[in-house]
Amino acid sequence: MAHVIAPSDCRQFTGGLSEFDIEADTVRRLVAELDRLYPGLGSWLDRRMAVAIDGEIHQDAWTSPIGPKSEVYFIPKIGGG
Amino acid sequence: MSKRHVSAIVNGDAVEFLTDPGMTLLDALRDELDLTGSKEGCGSGDCGACSVIVDGRLVCSCLMLAAEAQDRRIETIEGMAQGSDLHPLQQKFLEHAALQCGFCTPGILMASKALLDANPDPTETEARYWLAGNLCRCTGYDKIIRAVMDAAAEMRQARVS
Amino acid sequence: MTDVLDRADATPRLKVVGTRPIRPDGADKVTGRAQFGADLTMPGQLVGKILRSPHAHARIVSIDAKKARALPGVKAVVTGADFPNLADEFHEGGEAASNLRDLAMNVMARDKALYDGHAVAAVAAISTAVADEALALIKVVYEVLPHVIEVEAAMASDAPVLHPTMFTEGLDERPALPSNIAKRNRIARGDLDAGFAAADVVIEGRYVTQAVHQGYIEPHACVASWAADGQCNVWSSSQGQFMVRTYCAKVLGLEISNIRVTPAEIGGGFGGKTTVYLEPLALALSRESGHPVKMVMSRDDVFRATGPTSGSVMYVKLGAKKDGTLTAADVELKYQAGAFAGSPVGAGSMTALACYDIANFVITGWDVVSNCPKVAAYRAPGAPIAAFAVESAMDDLARKLDIDPIALREQNGVKNGVKASYGPTFANIGYLETLAAIKTCPQYSMPLGPNQGRGVAAGFWFNVGGESTAAVHINEDGSAVVVTGNPDIGGSRASMAMMAAEVLGVPVEQVRPMVADTASIGFSMLTGGSRTTFATGMAVVQAAEKVVAELRRRAAVIWDVAVDQVVWADGVAVCRDPAKATGKTLTLEGLAGQSGRTGGPISAQVSLNAQGAGPGFGVHVCDVEIDPETGHVTVLRYTAAQDVGKAIHPSYVEGQIQGGVAQGVGWALNEEYIFDREGRMENAGFLDYRVPVASDLPMIDAILVEVANPRHPFGAKGVGEVPIVPPLAAVANAVRSAIGVRMTELPLSPPKIRAALDAKAG
Ligand code: FES
Ligand code: FES
Repeated sequence: MAHVIAPSDCRQFTGGLSEFDIEADTVRRLVAELDRLYPGLGSWLDRRMAVAIDGEIHQDAWTSPIGPKSEVYFIPKIGGG
Repeated sequence: MSKRHVSAIVNGDAVEFLTDPGMTLLDALRDELDLTGSKEGCGSGDCGACSVIVDGRLVCSCLMLAAEAQDRRIETIEGMAQGSDLHPLQQKFLEHAALQCGFCTPGILMASKALLDANPDPTETEARYWLAGNLCRCTGYDKIIRAVMDAAAEMRQARVS
Repeated sequence: MTDVLDRADATPRLKVVGTRPIRPDGADKVTGRAQFGADLTMPGQLVGKILRSPHAHARIVSIDAKKARALPGVKAVVTGADFPNLADEFHEGGEAASNLRDLAMNVMARDKALYDGHAVAAVAAISTAVADEALALIKVVYEVLPHVIEVEAAMASDAPVLHPTMFTEGLDERPALPSNIAKRNRIARGDLDAGFAAADVVIEGRYVTQAVHQGYIEPHACVASWAADGQCNVWSSSQGQFMVRTYCAKVLGLEISNIRVTPAEIGGGFGGKTTVYLEPLALALSRESGHPVKMVMSRDDVFRATGPTSGSVMYVKLGAKKDGTLTAADVELKYQAGAFAGSPVGAGSMTALACYDIANFVITGWDVVSNCPKVAAYRAPGAPIAAFAVESAMDDLARKLDIDPIALREQNGVKNGVKASYGPTFANIGYLETLAAIKTCPQYSMPLGPNQGRGVAAGFWFNVGGESTAAVHINEDGSAVVVTGNPDIGGSRASMAMMAAEVLGVPVEQVRPMVADTASIGFSMLTGGSRTTFATGMAVVQAAEKVVAELRRRAAVIWDVAVDQVVWADGVAVCRDPAKATGKTLTLEGLAGQSGRTGGPISAQVSLNAQGAGPGFGVHVCDVEIDPETGHVTVLRYTAAQDVGKAIHPSYVEGQIQGGVAQGVGWALNEEYIFDREGRMENAGFLDYRVPVASDLPMIDAILVEVANPRHPFGAKGVGEVPIVPPLAAVANAVRSAIGVRMTELPLSPPKIRAALDAKAG
């Protein structure tokens, strides 16, 4: 199970939780699973956030693989100059 | 508002154009003569992107009226290379990677040429103060100064041999 | 991607990557032939000009353009009424999210002008003189409203509110009243109180920075043509032709398929050209007039209506044990967003403590609107500001503990396996290596004279990947063309050609890089966020690898052997089949010449969404000398070390670092937006907004630290953002060391230094 950490703003969907252990092997499946558990959460995260999978930042990347022991961190999307 | 006829020598060639009384030399070069190598970064004499050499003197062409070009000799970036042989400054700018976006480059090359025409052996400090009227926002000037010093050395060498 | 690591390790065998060839677009740029935004003209083109609000905050009661329209030579006038009203819609596109509704209202004001310089109308006429005359004939009736500029004033409960619909996001409860605070964000870990309780030493400070402009030398410029059949063409100088296309389509309500955007050469951007200002207006004017319209900003326009990045007020409190171990940090960042929400305070918060491993911290960020131009991205958006505060505090801490500032950073610095303050766990980072590079650089141990001081600071940027497309075509003589969709802002053509040449095994001169228009290459995100060499470079490498695979296949056809019996080495196919002559070769030229008979032209295109751009760290040391009479600060020496992963073209990597340092030094010492009492910018020109000139700076030593990024074929990390992060604090810390007084408000202009010296003298 991947350990998933979302920003505290997401508590509006979860009634307080912002860390989850989720079974999913891609970002797309993770987002879908979060949406199933907490309706609206997955798509909210998906729209606004990038994910760091084991420390590596992925943006707009549904197919990025998630390992069984991965740490998945939702962080704001990053732009740049 | 009647236009005025101007004849001048630009990069060795006789040219003629018509100008409004308020037109700058920069606009005349760019819009009337299609010499768009000289750039406008400010229009107020503060950035040097429009630098050209008029009768041997470095000027900001955005500050000079086109009408004042009558009978003058004007050198612009387009006349710097001899045919397809780059001027040593141009060559050194390439070798030293002294340009990033390249927008300041024509002005800085003209200013550097005016420097080396007047002072073939400048110190680094002299080069820095001479070029202080030419803004470059990309390079931090390090490679520009190196390129100018290197070109100066090479040109002195060429003169000796 | 399995062989990626091996290849990065095989660095010494690289033939092209890591060398310093002359850039492919160089000759055009030193001879004045390169065409920048303002250099293109179209037959029958008109001149477009903008009427700007002279008020910082005003209701637009009415606009009467009848007289302007009637002026001979005027072909079109547009105002806010000519643009569709958009709903809130966030365009992410991998860049900092921009609300398209705000973007559209920033391009052309609707019912309110929100800053001095806000566009309220535009005209197209047969000449500049006529256009200027027409602007003077447009009658705008304003109801001037109270305005607010400074960030803490804008947060006050009695501040004039810019947007009555703005209710602060991110608070525990939705506020009852609208305000200028768009958003609060918070990042926290551990127990702050316990952390400070465990501290032996506490450092506290309030820090202030002013809005500064990117200061690219080329003003924004474009030519737009709206043809009778609805096909639109735009030529413009921007950081992304696809970005221009998307934004024009949205602002004008057009189909993307009807817009083609061709990138001009770009005369600097630094983030400031990641949005549109002119293009939608030029298109609207072209539609109304039936002519192509050219628009070029003046420098005054550039300062008053584009960029800048945020001014800020920040509070930092650090706690540490006697031995230097950080125990707690409390950071509060308040950033100006300009007239619309969206300051880079989010990134500022995420980067503020990213260099340090601290158990207990809270970082709070406030995104605040006020009556100044909407901020645009500026190199590592948000990070230099936060770093100024945190790195100044770190310097005070080192001083108080009597620990060398590099040693203090080494002791608390992040390394692989440490959880970053912004969440994820670091891997393949080179922060400690970068600190070590500064510790051992000659400047760090050079003796200092009287009135001289030395300052150190560190900085961090994430770097990003994202969507890119690249194509590689082999010409019939064996030369190659590399096509990408990313404007070349500082030498990226060179690095694209080099990476392709490396894979193809040919000299770089044999590869011609091109930057294509939006109709000629697949989508790419814009050039920015230090993504091009990483992400677009990855697409180039993969396309070149596909071409190599195809070349081997063609050789196999010619020799009639199995493909796996053909290897590609140094630009030639070599036959390994013992049944045929082993060692037989076919050159690229030979294969290209016969491509018609072996299957047709040889080319490949790759589109990808690159992930895993490695984070970058920089450490800078700055030596200054203060003139006690005038308060003038001279930068004597400067060394900047940065982990770049792998420098593809080291000269341009050094150039990025040197340029970032120069901008940071300007930010620290001279640059600032100054507003008068009416909220009008007082210094909208290079005479009074003083960017560093050649005589202000010394040579800038750039040390390239190379801790390879395993996700890039050659190990590259982004390089363009990091170098502007440390200088603000490096300079301020050097000034502290020279004068013995901590200066907490930028810029460190001579009058401020004089005042500090006088106060110290008592
Ligand atoms: S355009 Fe002439 S000095 Fe700037
Ligand atoms: S190279 Fe861009 S301004 Fe000098």
